[in-house]
Amino acid sequence: MTELENIDDSYFECKVNGLNTKCVTVNNGLFHPKNITSDLPEGVHVCSMKEARSRYSDIFECHYDKVRRSSDVSENNDAADGVFIYLSAGVELEQPLQILNTLGSETSFSGLQRNLVVLGKGARLTMLVCDHTLSGVEFDINNLTECVLDDGAALDYYEVQNQHAATRFENKLLVSEGRASLLDAMMITLYGGEIRNHIHVALNKSDADCNLRGVYILDKKQKVYNFTYVDHRAPHCSSHEHFKGVLDDAAFADFMGCVRVRPDAQKTDSYQANNNLLLTPFAKVHTSPQLIIDADDVKCSHGATVGQMNEEALFYLRSRGVGADEAKLMMMFGFAHDIIGKIKLQPLREEIDRLIDKRFRGEFSKCHNCTMNCNK
Amino acid sequence: MAKENENILQEVTNGEYKYGFVTEVETDIIGKGLNEDVIRLISAKKQEPEWLLEFRLKAYKHWLTMKMPQWAQLNVPEINYQDIIYYAAPKQEAKKDWDDVDPDLKSAFDKLGIPLNEQKTLAGVAVDAVMDSISVKTTFKEALAERGIIFCSFSEAVKDHSDLVKKYLGRVVPYTDNFFAALNSAVFSDGSFVYIPKGVRSPMELSTYFRINAAKTGQFERTLIIAEEDSFVSYLEGCTAPQRDENQLHAAIVEIFIEKNAEVKYSTVQNWYPGDKNGKGGIYNFVTKRGICNGENSKLIWAQVETGSAITWKYPSTILKGNGAVSEFYSVAVTNNYQQADTGTKMIHIGNNTRSRIVSKGISAGHSSNSYRGLVKVVKTCEGARNFSQCDSLLLGDKCGAHTFPYLQVENPTAQVEHEATTSKIGEDQIFYCNQRGISNEDAVGLIIKGYAGDVINKMPMEFAVEAQKLLQISIEGSVG
Amino acid sequence: MNLLEIKDLHAEVDGKEILKGINLTVKAGEVHAIMGPNGAGKSTLSAVLTGRERFNVTKGNIIFKGMELLQLPAEDRAREGIFLSFQYPVEIPGISTVNFLKTAVGEHRKYKKLPPLSGGEFLKMLREKMELLGMDNKLINRSLNEGFSGGEKKKNEILQMAVLNPTLAILDETDSGLDIDALRLVAQGVNKLKSPDNATIVITHYQRLLDYIVPDVVHILYDGRIVKTAGKELVPELEKYGYDWIKEGLS
Repeated sequence: MTELENIDDSYFECKVNGLNTKCVTVNNGLFHPKNITSDLPEGVHVCSMKEARSRYSDIFECHYDKVRRSSDVSENNDAADGVFIYLSAGVELEQPLQILNTLGSETSFSGLQRNLVVLGKGARLTMLVCDHTLSGVEFDINNLTECVLDDGAALDYYEVQNQHAATRFENKLLVSEGRASLLDAMMITLYGGEIRNHIHVALNKSDADCNLRGVYILDKKQKVYNFTYVDHRAPHCSSHEHFKGVLDDAAFADFMGCVRVRPDAQKTDSYQANNNLLLTPFAKVHTSPQLIIDADDVKCSHGATVGQMNEEALFYLRSRGVGADEAKLMMMFGFAHDIIGKIKLQPLREEIDRLIDKRFRGEFSKCHNCTMNCNK
Repeated sequence: MAKENENILQEVTNGEYKYGFVTEVETDIIGKGLNEDVIRLISAKKQEPEWLLEFRLKAYKHWLTMKMPQWAQLNVPEINYQDIIYYAAPKQEAKKDWDDVDPDLKSAFDKLGIPLNEQKTLAGVAVDAVMDSISVKTTFKEALAERGIIFCSFSEAVKDHSDLVKKYLGRVVPYTDNFFAALNSAVFSDGSFVYIPKGVRSPMELSTYFRINAAKTGQFERTLIIAEEDSFVSYLEGCTAPQRDENQLHAAIVEIFIEKNAEVKYSTVQNWYPGDKNGKGGIYNFVTKRGICNGENSKLIWAQVETGSAITWKYPSTILKGNGAVSEFYSVAVTNNYQQADTGTKMIHIGNNTRSRIVSKGISAGHSSNSYRGLVKVVKTCEGARNFSQCDSLLLGDKCGAHTFPYLQVENPTAQVEHEATTSKIGEDQIFYCNQRGISNEDAVGLIIKGYAGDVINKMPMEFAVEAQKLLQISIEGSVG
Repeated sequence: MNLLEIKDLHAEVDGKEILKGINLTVKAGEVHAIMGPNGAGKSTLSAVLTGRERFNVTKGNIIFKGMELLQLPAEDRAREGIFLSFQYPVEIPGISTVNFLKTAVGEHRKYKKLPPLSGGEFLKMLREKMELLGMDNKLINRSLNEGFSGGEKKKNEILQMAVLNPTLAILDETDSGLDIDALRLVAQGVNKLKSPDNATIVITHYQRLLDYIVPDVVHILYDGRIVKTAGKELVPELEKYGYDWIKEGLS
């Protein structure tokens, strides 16, 4: 961490061209002291978890660990620090709030981080979380983020995972939704060692919606697990999940999605899908989209596919003069863009498209203007 | 509106179990409990060869090291395995001559609609009737033997076709496979044995009818089907049990071996006593059924209509080993009142260009819980595998649950695996539309169910499709609305 | 003879009063049109006539062929000869139209204590009806209404009407979602099925359908009451002045 303090401030930026964000940096699980959070609009409160305990003790006490305890996630994470975000009722932060989680150490490092996001009634926030590694040692990281969305609140959550292959990353996103609240979350896994994403959403009050999306691009011996659990506890809620992955070399992906509809959650509308493209005989996919339904007046469906590229479509492209390799790339890109196209922030969408294109071409997929070497 | 729906549901799903009677026959019963001596006693009673006793004892020793699986979406009360009778046989050995069969047994099977008199029986269906631990009568044995087809009780097969049994027993379901398979391997009593020689198409449906009669007993039958190259057989099993307040255990094993270009169609109409409206009594049905498509282009079709049992734990599976092998699984599972079912299939793709298709239709009513659990696995060396799974759930009423747990594991990029699932209910508007055309609530529900389950019913052998359709209707009678 | 008499009919749904005193008499051989703006209670009236239980009759009664209609469950009303062509016909997956109709005809005959039709007799009758209506048999083997276009669904309704041969046919917004060709075909079907013994109630928002099915009597339903009854000359007037004219006349 000390080495980072010496690094020029610009190093902390993980800039997306054309996207103006409010950026907060967390290094090795600790809220960076140099973060300037004072120029935030009224009603937007961002500070370290340590500070939040005393400064926002009411909010903190009221919400800390509540979402986890009401979920099925048993293993706790008692990290000392992380980011605390609180938006008062009715407040909207126009700029996305970027959380830059960096890891840097000279010897192998294992650490914890814990975040708490509380959106008051009708508050709106867009978060962009970037996970990066700055040095080539082994990392074993465990992050837990709790989000509380009060009635009518809306959270757009994007997480871009770009870590080197010697990283083991346990990442939990636990969300509790109030009446007519809206969660739009996307997990973009560009690079990593072994990543386990757990997304747990409880739709506690009626008319809440959630959209969970994910895209994972894996090669070499990378592994990614996406566990999702959407708990419909109230009527008239909807949830839509779509995860897509492209697997090269000996990569492994596991999708385990569960939609649970409790007896009172009538009129639930839920859809869940997972599609995978396997590029080599060594890549492996396990997928298990599950439904547990205890209410009768619901519309629930799910689907999963594992396969390779559509030969006919490939041939079509080639017959139009596109080379075989380029045609494959186009199709892979189109496959992933299905998800990426849903990013609402245009500059971010373009950036991710560019990164994914580079990733497929086997080129260095570092972000624009960034000097960090995330995928060593 | 919901209320009104509820009432119709009530009406339509309160059907009564029609096979709940007990037959008074003299029964040879051994004492409760399970230990090595009991296994030796069973083996001795059946005058088994030494190798089979050893197989049983090995299985028993292995079973002692195992625990009952907990992963299913089931709430299984503790089973006391020392409180079960492991051997009960009507005091009457299988008789060749119809006239020699105990009249009470005859009338019992007549009452079940399974006449054992060859003159009276359904044309084109040979029946092996198993009551409790023993095969009572096998019809058309001689007619089949003329073509080289062996269709007899398992015990007879052990005596008369020992080499075949020894060669295939435990090849598809080893005794180490799971808790209930180990238990069955230790204590199995009887069942059916089918052998179709090379190039022979069975001229009739072969069918085994299982009946639990004695109280406090468990039923542990074992079925072994071998289809040699270019052969074909359609096999059907049916099962019922008396209405009793206590729960009874049924843990069967079915092993199917299919060689090159051969085809086996295995149909089940499972109607074990499901327990009463409050969930008292009923059969615990823990069954391991598995076939191997061993030869090229071999084919196995599972078709099942499941309406009975208090608890069902069952996953008829196919190992697609031969290149170009095909397997299909069609299932309708109905649960009502307090029934629980966790059922589905496994398709293991090993051979190249193997294909499988899964169509599962769950219908839940009352306070029941109905789960589909299915595995589709494509191993690394398997090129060009195809699977399509469709799992639909229909809910009748708001106290029941429908669950879907598919597992797709693909390790080869040339595979194409697809899974789709939907959940729906019978809409009030559908019922009203039928009413407006002069169709009563009950018939409307029957019609909708028929449409829903038609894909599966149509796969049953014709003689049984009508029965299966009726059974579906009866099992949800009184619960639609 | 009065086929249908509705007397001071009040009905509510989910506690909200929709019909506020309907009086209507329909004689055999007549075609009645019930027109009115959206929300006037047109569909509620058809639902109450056919016995949809969600609608609660709070006052009044309905006499059909001399009997108290409201006491009968929906299927018996259908068997007594009331047919509703649904505004939104319902899909029943896996059951073909042919099978569905065979069941329905069987139930009707059982109710009337007539012997059941054999498969052949039924198919012959069905073919005759299809010929009469100029329909091909593409639709009848498909699952009931599943994946049908709007026009196909409505044609299917008219075919069912022909097969079940009702005494009183109620066409609820049968013209909605139809192009002009489909509309003409449906209307022709209805006209062919007309006889001195039966009657038709056409419920519609627009006059379009009434160009093809010419009514003897036209009623205007507004806010749960019939506010005007006249001959077919009322239709062009409505077309010209719209429903506001009625509303103004009332206030």
